Amino acid sequence: MSTQDPAAAPAARRPRIATVWLAGCSGCHMSFLDLDEWLFELSKLADVVYSPVADVKEYPENVDAVLVEGAVANVDNLELIRKVRARTGAVIAFGDCAITGNVTALRNRFVTPEELLRHAYVEEADFQPQVPGDRPLVPELLPKVLPVHQVVKVDAFLHGCPPPPHEIRSLLETLLGTPGEGAAAKMGKEENGEPKT
Amino acid sequence: MKVTTLKINGQLVSASPGATVLEAARENGVEIPTLCELEGISNVGACRLCLVEIAGSPRLQPACVTEAAEEMEVQTDTERLKRYRRMTLELLFAERNHVCPVCVANGHCELQNRARENGMDHVRFPYQHPDLPVDITHDRFGVDHNRCILCTRCVRVCDEVEGAHTWDLSGRGTQSIVITDLNQPWGEADTCTTCGKCVEACPTGAIFRKGSTVCEMEHRRDRIRFITDARKKQEWNP
Amino acid sequence: MEKSELEAIADKERRARKPVCVSCCTAAGCLSANGGEVLEGLRAAVPADGADERIEVRAVGCMKLCSRGPLVRTQGPAGGTEKPPDEILYERVAPADTGALIRAAVNNVRAEHPAIDLSQPFFTRQKPIVLENCGRIEPERIESYIEANGYRALHLALREKAPAEVVKEITRSGLRGRGGAGFPAGVKWALVAKSPSERKYVVCNADEGDPGAFMDRSILESDPHRVLEGMAIAAYAVGASQGYIYIRGEYPLAINRLQSAIRTARRLGLLGGRIFDSPFDFNVDLRIGAGAFVCGEETALMASIEGKRGSPSPRPPYPAEHGLWGHSTLINNVETLANVAPILLHGADWFASVGTEKSKGTKVFALAGKIANTGLIEVPMGISLREIVEDIGGGIPGGRVKAVQTGGPSGGCIPAEHLDTPVDYESLASLGSIMGSGGMIVMDESNNMVDVARFFMEFCMDESCGKCIPCRAGTVQMHGLLKKICDGEATADDLALLENLCDMVKHTSLCGLGQTSPNPVLSTLRFFRHEYENLLVAEAIGT
Repeated sequence: MSTQDPAAAPAARRPRIATVWLAGCSGCHMSFLDLDEWLFELSKLADVVYSPVADVKEYPENVDAVLVEGAVANVDNLELIRKVRARTGAVIAFGDCAITGNVTALRNRFVTPEELLRHAYVEEADFQPQVPGDRPLVPELLPKVLPVHQVVKVDAFLHGCPPPPHEIRSLLETLLGTPGEGAAAKMGKEENGEPKT
Repeated sequence: MKVTTLKINGQLVSASPGATVLEAARENGVEIPTLCELEGISNVGACRLCLVEIAGSPRLQPACVTEAAEEMEVQTDTERLKRYRRMTLELLFAERNHVCPVCVANGHCELQNRARENGMDHVRFPYQHPDLPVDITHDRFGVDHNRCILCTRCVRVCDEVEGAHTWDLSGRGTQSIVITDLNQPWGEADTCTTCGKCVEACPTGAIFRKGSTVCEMEHRRDRIRFITDARKKQEWNP
Repeated sequence: MEKSELEAIADKERRARKPVCVSCCTAAGCLSANGGEVLEGLRAAVPADGADERIEVRAVGCMKLCSRGPLVRTQGPAGGTEKPPDEILYERVAPADTGALIRAAVNNVRAEHPAIDLSQPFFTRQKPIVLENCGRIEPERIESYIEANGYRALHLALREKAPAEVVKEITRSGLRGRGGAGFPAGVKWALVAKSPSERKYVVCNADEGDPGAFMDRSILESDPHRVLEGMAIAAYAVGASQGYIYIRGEYPLAINRLQSAIRTARRLGLLGGRIFDSPFDFNVDLRIGAGAFVCGEETALMASIEGKRGSPSPRPPYPAEHGLWGHSTLINNVETLANVAPILLHGADWFASVGTEKSKGTKVFALAGKIANTGLIEVPMGISLREIVEDIGGGIPGGRVKAVQTGGPSGGCIPAEHLDTPVDYESLASLGSIMGSGGMIVMDESNNMVDVARFFMEFCMDESCGKCIPCRAGTVQMHGLLKKICDGEATADDLALLENLCDMVKHTSLCGLGQTSPNPVLSTLRFFRHEYENLLVAEAIGT
C-alpha cells in the first residue's frame, strides 16, 4: 500500500496520526494536551501511533497525518523528519518553530555552530567555561536551523506560538472529518491557488 | 461638488477630486493592502503592496500615489496581484529577524496582519538572519532593527508632523538602516523631542515604548491623525 | 563674444599649428598605463635646436584602441620628402620610447616601434559623429575646440533660430536618448519647452555606472566643450538658464576637465550672461555623485542634486513636469547632448540619413570582454553585432564568441546565433536585451552564463537603494538562488522559484534599476537554459 495515498487504504482502517517533536520548546504539544477531554474524542476517531506523549520508539510506516512541532536544528531532527516525510501522507508544520524557525532559529546569526557553542558555554559562562565535548551523546548541530518546509515538502501550516488548542482541534477535525475521502491527500493539494515550490 | 467617476473591480464608483486610487477605493469600501502608507503623512510608494492594475497601463501602479482619473478602470485584487503581494511579504519576513512570539507588537502588527490577510502562511526563501542591533539608549523608547521593514514612516512622521527630522536612513539596499540624528544612539540624539510619533507610526514592533511586553504594545495612530486632521481640515476634536 | 571673435580664435589656433604634430592620449585609460609620463617625455624630447619650431606635442583625448595604450600618434608634414604615412599610431609607448618617437617624427620617418594598422576595420568601420573630435583636439584648451568648429552651433541657434525651431530640428533628426531607454529626445525637449514652469533646468546625466562602460567618461575627458555646447543649445531650446552636470565622483579626470571647460567657456562669454550678445543666459554647475549606481536613474539623480538621499520616486510625475525643486527639468545623457551640436550644424536630414528607420545616428560603445580590440567605438545604428564583434572588435583570439552582453546589469546576453541582429533599440529589445548606455561585453565559451547572471545580480544587489522591497530584498534572494545554482546545490524547485521571483521583481519594483535587475537572468534563461539545468541536482543536499 502506498503511504502517499491513504485513499487506497481499506475503508475500514482507522486513520493513523502522529505528532513529532523536533527542535522546539514542547509548547505546541502542551497546547495539544490542552485539548483535554477532546483527546478522548480524538482517540475514538483515530489511532495516535507516534508521539512524544506516547511511548513509541520508532516512527511507524503508513501514517496518514503528522503534526510536526519544532524546527530542524540537528542531525537527529534531520534524520527523523526525512523518515517522517517518507512514511506519512500529510505533513503539517505545527507551530511557529516548524514554520519559520522562530526562537529556535535565533542562533542562526552565528556563522557556525562552533561559534555558537563557544559563545554559550565559554564566553557567557559563569563558571567552568568549556564546550561540551562528548559529541556522540549530543546530536550534532546543523550549520543553520531550518523551518521544516525548507527540508522536506510540507502540506499545511498551523500557525501560533503555540497554536491555540481550538485551532489544533479544528485542523484535526477537518483532517479526520472525511477520512474516507483521504483528507490527508486533500491537504497536499495546491494552496492559495499557487503551486508549491 | 465635482467628482471623478471610475471603475474599481468592475464597480462604478465616484471619488473626490484629486483623490488617489487608494483613497477612492477606501471611500468606496474596497480594501487595498498597504504598509508604508500612513494617513496624514506623505506617500512614497515604496512597499509595493498597493500596486493595482490599471487598464491601458503597461505597468502596475501604486494606488497610494496614483491619482484617480475619469473613466479609469482599476483592478485591485487579481490573482497576479495577490501572488506578488504574498511574495513581497515573504521577502520582508525573510529579510530580518521577525520573531512574532517574542515581539511587543504581536497581535497589533501590520506586517503580521498583511501576512494573515494575504494568505502568506510560509516563506519559501531562506531567512537571512542578519545580525542587527537594538538601541535602548532613549529614556522612554527603543528601536529594534530586527523588526524594521524600512517603510520610513518614522522618518516621514518625524520630519513632516513633528518637524524634528531626527530619523533618517543610512546605508543602502538591504544594508539600509534607520538612524537617529547623525547615526548617534537615540538617547544622544539632540533633535529628538520625545514626542513618540515614530512609536505610534511604526507598523511593526521595531520602534517601541520601553516597558511594554510581548503582545502588549498597541500603536495609537489617532494621536498622529489628531494633529494632521487639525492642520489639514481644521478639525480640532478627535 | 561675436562670431568674428570665434573665427579669430580659430584662425590664431590654426596659424599656431606646426607641421609635425605628435599627439599623446591623455584620457584615463592611457593615463593609468603611465600616459602622463609619456606625455612629459615627449615634450622633453623635443630638441630646442630649431626643430621645436616645426614640431608640437599635443595632449589629446581618447584615440579609441584603449587596450593598446598608451597611444601616441604622429602626423608628418603634408607632402614630406620621404613621404611616410601621414599618420602613425604607436602602441604601448613607454616613457623610454619617447626620444625615438620624437626623433623619427622630426626626421619624418617611421620609428622602430610597434604601430597600429590604421586601415583595419576597427578604425575604418567606425562612423565618428559624437567622437569626431575625440583624440583630435586638446580637451583642456577651448581654442582647440573652437578651431574644430566649436560653439558655432550654439551661435547658429542663438542668433538664427527660434527656440521652437531648435526643438523641431532635434525632433526631425530622430535623435533618441542614448542613456539606455531610447526615448525620443525631441519629444522630451518639446515637453519641457511647453511647460509653463517659470524656472527650468537642464541636467546632463554623467553618472555612467554600468560595469564595463566608459563611453561618457571618454567623451567628457576628450571633448568636454561638446557637451557644454549641447547643454547650452538645449537650455536655449527649452527656456532654461541653469544647467547641472551630475557626474560620478569616480571620474576625477572628467570632473577636472569639465570644471576647467566651464571656467574657460565662461571667461570667453560662451557661458554666463548674454551669450553671443543675445538675451540668453546660461550657467552650468557640476554636481558630483558619491558612488551610487541608482543615481543614474533620473528621479534619484534629481534628489541627489537637491542634496537629498539619492533614492528614486514613483513616476509620474516626470521630470518634464515636476523636476528639480518642482520645476520643469530636461535630463539628457552625455552622449545625447554630444549629438546636439552636429545636428544643428549639419541639419536634421544629415543626421537622419545615418542609422535605421527608427534608430537614427550613431551609437558609441565601450567594447570589452574577451575581444581582440578593446576600446571605444562609434558605429552607425543598424550595423550588425557580428560586424562589431568580428570585424571592428577583431573577434576572440583563439576562441569563439558565445554571447554578447549589452546594456549592463539592465540588459541581457545575446547568443552567438543572433549575431546578425542589427544594433538598434527595437531589435535588441526583441532579444530580451536593451541598447543600454553602450557597454558591450563579449564572452567566449569559457564564460558560464549562470555565473554571468550571478555577477550582474550581485551588482544590482549591492547597488539597490533599498527603498522598495522587491528590489531591496528580491535581489538578495535572486542572488542567493543563483549562487545556489552555481554551487550545484539547487533543485528544479529552486529554479522555478527564481523564475517566479524574477517575474515579481520585474513587475513590482519602483524604478528602472529594480525593474530591469532580473534581465540578465531572464535573457540567459531564454538562450542558455540548459546551462542552468545542467547545474541542478535531483534532491536538496547539505541540509
